Amino acid sequence: MLRYIVQRLLGMIPAMFAISLLTFVIIQLPPGDFASTYAAQLAETGVTVDDAAMQALRDRYGLGDGLMVQYAKWVGGILRGDFGISFEWNQPVNQLIWQRMGMTALISVMTLLVMWIISLPIGIYSAVFKYSVTDYIASVLGFLGMATPNFLVAIVLLYISSMWFGVSVGGLLSPDYVKAPLSWGKLVDFLSHAWIPVFVLGTSGTAALIRVMRANLLDELHKPYVETARAKGLSETRLILRYPVRVAINPFISTVGWVLPALISGELIVSTVLNLPTAGPLLLQALKSQDMYLAGALILLSGGLVLIGTLVSDVLLALSDPRIRLS
Amino acid sequence: MTAPVPPSDGADLLDRQTAAGSLHAAGQWALIWHKFRRHKVAYASLILVGLIYLVALFAEALAPSDPGKFDPRYTFAPPQAISLFAPDGAGGTRFVPHVTGFDITLDQQSFRRVFVPDPDQIIPIGLFVRGDPYRMWGLFDTDLHLIGPLDPGQPMFLLGADRLGRDLLSRIIHGTRVSMSIGLVGVGLSLFIGMVLGGVSGYYGGLTDRAIQRVIEFIRSIPTIPLWLGLAAAMPKEWPPLQVYFAILVILSLVGWTEIARVVRGRFLSLRTEDFVIAARLDGVSEYRLIMTHMMPSLYSHIIAAITLAIPNMILAETALSFLGLGLQPPIVSWGVLLQDTQNLRAITQAPWLFAPGVVVVVAVLALNFLGDGLRDAADPYEK
Repeated sequence: MLRYIVQRLLGMIPAMFAISLLTFVIIQLPPGDFASTYAAQLAETGVTVDDAAMQALRDRYGLGDGLMVQYAKWVGGILRGDFGISFEWNQPVNQLIWQRMGMTALISVMTLLVMWIISLPIGIYSAVFKYSVTDYIASVLGFLGMATPNFLVAIVLLYISSMWFGVSVGGLLSPDYVKAPLSWGKLVDFLSHAWIPVFVLGTSGTAALIRVMRANLLDELHKPYVETARAKGLSETRLILRYPVRVAINPFISTVGWVLPALISGELIVSTVLNLPTAGPLLLQALKSQDMYLAGALILLSGGLVLIGTLVSDVLLALSDPRIRLS
Repeated sequence: MTAPVPPSDGADLLDRQTAAGSLHAAGQWALIWHKFRRHKVAYASLILVGLIYLVALFAEALAPSDPGKFDPRYTFAPPQAISLFAPDGAGGTRFVPHVTGFDITLDQQSFRRVFVPDPDQIIPIGLFVRGDPYRMWGLFDTDLHLIGPLDPGQPMFLLGADRLGRDLLSRIIHGTRVSMSIGLVGVGLSLFIGMVLGGVSGYYGGLTDRAIQRVIEFIRSIPTIPLWLGLAAAMPKEWPPLQVYFAILVILSLVGWTEIARVVRGRFLSLRTEDFVIAARLDGVSEYRLIMTHMMPSLYSHIIAAITLAIPNMILAETALSFLGLGLQPPIVSWGVLLQDTQNLRAITQAPWLFAPGVVVVVAVLALNFLGDGLRDAADPYEK
């Protein structure tokens, strides 16, 4: 098992390298180098930057050098924990991102768990009682969930809550709790806010997962081993949960590979709509003002988050299916 | 499994056999069509998708007014219902298709316009009326609209008006052209990349296949929105709208091709070992001919299904990008651009009809998904 994990960890290195290259390309795309953008911005506010400071900045990020050198300096900095500076905030990037990335990770993982908890039983039920009323309702809701952009769900929820309940549902904490230390009250307050983004983000993914689980299980239900178990007189519940579900759950676990990127993508839009203190609004703002080091760090880290999530799902998969870790 | 479908030169043999009654045969496409027809939801979706594309094609003529025509007097004017009869003043009714005008007052506290329908103000409407002039397909000038008020100066907002008093229905109709064509053209581009790379990957296998598969896996593992946003944000702000439109197409296709490549590769892999392909290969058929005349015909139906399923993803992606303000920009009207207005909570509480473009997105995406599902099920008519 340990060997398998080490193998997978080593396998992440080229992927991380590819993501960093891609991010670097995105950072480089806007015209002009960032030092001149920075100077222009400062000049607008009436501050003049002396040439020595400007030169120091250029040297630090290798702006005068070739692209390879710039890339090396950028990646080298990141490996030491230096993501560059954000011009808009006039702060080192790593002071801005960690808390927000943490929130993004938290919301994404919570959503993933909720999606699994909901879609697993419904998927099993839909497959076992195929073409039942519940199956049809689940299918219809599933198709609707997949067809509705999740930012639209968020806005409709905002609209309903402000029209009918007269409250705004944005944010993740009530103003009183933002600065308060950790406490039960704070946790309860957090959960009372967090269910909204979790719900909004979870709809389309849950719909897709129900269909995956249903299809997987349908493939298994008519196999001879199920018939054998039934012929031996095993109770129906025990039989289904014990054997075909165990087989069908493997592809279900591996869905993390595409659910997680979709969640992080969706989180970006939904948290912009709901005004959550996560990475999404920060990235959007950074991209709009071409604050490229900040944007780059966030894109890189969301890619990294997906890699870690996929790793975790692979380990889970290896735990549940010995064929994978032994091959 | 897939039986060999005789290419064009074998068709007349088949015809002769059919005519002689020795063989009952329906072509592959006829079989696919039969199988597809049985899927009722998919069949209904086909009709709906066809209608939506017709709307996209004839947008200018179908829209009651110019999508950019604004009138601050009608800021957030509510939707008007069409009634067919009106009182004739002598106690009876007469046939006058019309909408009802408004009494507009300004709320002194909130400075909002308050619209009260006034049944006495009858605005007669009709079919094929003269209205705002436009240039149809860039070919000829006309001012004929399918539906509109008889007097172009009077308001008719069947779906309400937006914050500048523009007719939402007309804007949605024009947005249909942009959003649906982004889906179609974007998929065309994805199809090209996906066919070439997926085909190479599935046909040759081996190291090439593995390399291409790694690339696909990698692209699919990146969260798409940050990637798209990063690329879209790099577009110079001074680009003309058409250039932005094509840039967005390219950006969306960068990810979109992977799914099509996956389908094409899978089909190539399974076709490669089919008897009829091996037979053709052993007969010394050239590689080009082998792919084009022997393998392609059994691929088309799968590809059509794959692209139908890819279009809704493109539409959703464009909607999300434009909604965030990094996709298409006004004055281009797309469903995503229209949905930007819903970001303002005060606007939607005052004018909930601003959600209408969202409903249209959901309907179009649902129809395309159902259609794609039906096509995928029908794609292999020989399969039981």
